[in-house]
Amino acid sequence: MREINISEAIREALGEEMARDENVFVLGEDIGLIGGDFGVTRGLMARFGADRVRDTPISESAILGTAVGSAAMGLRPVAEIMFSDFLGVCMDMLLNQASKIRYMSAGQWTLPMVVRTATGAGTRSSSQHTQSLEAIFMHIPGLQVVMPSTAYDAKGLLKTAIRGNNPVLYLEHKLLYFVKNQVPEEEYLIPFGKADIKRSGDDVTLIATSLMVHRALAAADKLKGQGISVEVIDPRTIAPLDKDTILESVKKTGRVVIVHEAWKKGGFGSEVAAILAEEAFDYLDAPIKRVATPDTPIPFCPILEDSLLPDEEKIVRAVKEISS
Amino acid sequence: MVLSDTELVEFYKTMIRIRLFEEKVQELFRKGELPGFLHLCMGQEAVAVGSTGALLKDDMLLGGHRAHGHAIAKGIPMRKIMAELFAKESGCCKGKGGSMHLSDRDLCLFLTTGIVGSSIPIADGIAFSFKLRGENRVAVTVFGDGANNTGAFHEGINLAALWKLPAVFVCDNNQYAISTHVSRSTPIANVSGRAKAYNIPGVTVDGQDVEAVYEAVKEAVDRARDGNGPSLVECKSARLYGSYAADSQSYRPKEDIEEAARRDPISLLKARLMKSGALKEGDDEMIRKDGVAEVEDAVRYAKESPYPEPEEALRDVYG
Ligand SMILES: Cc1ncc(C[n+]2csc(CCOP(=O)(O)OP(=O)(O)O)c2C)c(N)n1
Repeated sequence: MREINISEAIREALGEEMARDENVFVLGEDIGLIGGDFGVTRGLMARFGADRVRDTPISESAILGTAVGSAAMGLRPVAEIMFSDFLGVCMDMLLNQASKIRYMSAGQWTLPMVVRTATGAGTRSSSQHTQSLEAIFMHIPGLQVVMPSTAYDAKGLLKTAIRGNNPVLYLEHKLLYFVKNQVPEEEYLIPFGKADIKRSGDDVTLIATSLMVHRALAAADKLKGQGISVEVIDPRTIAPLDKDTILESVKKTGRVVIVHEAWKKGGFGSEVAAILAEEAFDYLDAPIKRVATPDTPIPFCPILEDSLLPDEEKIVRAVKEISS
Repeated sequence: MVLSDTELVEFYKTMIRIRLFEEKVQELFRKGELPGFLHLCMGQEAVAVGSTGALLKDDMLLGGHRAHGHAIAKGIPMRKIMAELFAKESGCCKGKGGSMHLSDRDLCLFLTTGIVGSSIPIADGIAFSFKLRGENRVAVTVFGDGANNTGAFHEGINLAALWKLPAVFVCDNNQYAISTHVSRSTPIANVSGRAKAYNIPGVTVDGQDVEAVYEAVKEAVDRARDGNGPSLVECKSARLYGSYAADSQSYRPKEDIEEAARRDPISLLKARLMKSGALKEGDDEMIRKDGVAEVEDAVRYAKESPYPEPEEALRDVYG
């Protein structure tokens, strides 16, 4: 099977959905003429025209407001916010508008819209271009939050997001754009709320998101050599969350480590740990562990930045701590 | 004069209906019969009726927290609005929106917002969809003077101007954002002056004169419908009462409140219609009697309606 990277997978998904449904359009800063800061939307303007591939001013509220209003009228906007950190300047549109209009109107308005944004650290760009903010959005009822880790998942999940009828925040890790894997030529969709077991194992469950899925897999490889069999679960969508797959795995292994790049405090891992404590307490043979970023902004200095983020070594250590 | 006497009498009727509705709501609130916040539009009926009157049925109207008048003017049955204020299942949003969040999809009233300024970029999106699909419709949003200093206002109007969207931005400038007089929030004399920065038409009209409001908004709507892009229309109005139902208005000079009462848009229109002979004292009595009956019917309907079932709280979160 052919191999493509995540950036190409996203571009394919956008192109296929735009060709399939004329209601789909994309908008954002620098996404048209040059195809986006990360090149994800390259070629779309030439193919679909400037009416449906719209470069915007630096007006994040207007970008998301346009997405909200046009989605309510039945278009299917895919808005790009260049960096997820910038969601802070247009938070109202997600917090009070996109996630509330359907509810407060008792279902009169439906908002099929996707907000794509580049997320994550490791890019040596200090504290305003590196954050992993998924927990904030996962917290808000009415939003769906997608965190693909592979090109295969990225494509199938984005197509589902575009065809769905909800506001979706689609988080693309900057360090994953050029990671390749096998993606079929034929069309496929991946349902929301269905975790993927990226590797099966019996001794410990590792639950990881986005870039951390790759680090968790590397750790699992190393641990195998040391006689520990690790199962790696990628939830793929954290809202909705596939609790069943997680619970089933933990009931089998009795040990769990949750890995994410976002801050540990109040993170996705806190929620998963709480679910496990509520629903799988009797199956746990060891304390639940979280490997995540400490309670500090991301610094510029590469040595400092790397020291904060979860890596293979930290994951291995955490697994060993609860395996003995 | 752009409106015939017959049309003006129709506008007059709607203004009276809104006034009677709001007075009843104020009374019910004071008796503790209505939950939540209330922002009434007494004194601002000419803006609600004049601007909404300039729209076609398919044009989408967006409003804010002070929108009972717009909802009535857009044709939402009073029963459905009153039931919403009573938090009943038969309300226009099944009791999940309340006074600040009214909507009727069929009558093209978009869900009104409680976040000042936020309807402006959303109107862009609605107008954009009309434009992309070649629908001959216009998106019109009404907001207060307070909205003119939000980022959403500036980003939204800039984008609408840049993309020549079929949108109209109507500022119902009642001079105050809660306690803050517009002179203490805005460094230019007229909110319409903001239009210059975006290279679109900006006009200021007397918001107590329903015909002036209608004329200005109609011109802007026609312009938008003809593909010539958005406009900003400022209507200078005045609240007869407080910002919210329990506001004592300690911040507002007496003369200012007296001036608002003196320039009550309903009295002004009535005097004019009586003078031209379009309205007789007897007609006025009939109009009021009908209005009172309609409001009483709405209250009865709302009171008799059941509350939503508990499960309703969990519905409509996701589509
Ligand atoms: C973004 C935002 N900030 C503050 C408020 C609280 N608030 C509600 S009404 C209001 C005054 C609004 O004034 P204006 O826009 O002039 O409208 P008016 O109430 O006079 O009709 C304020 C500050 C809000 N709802 N939204």
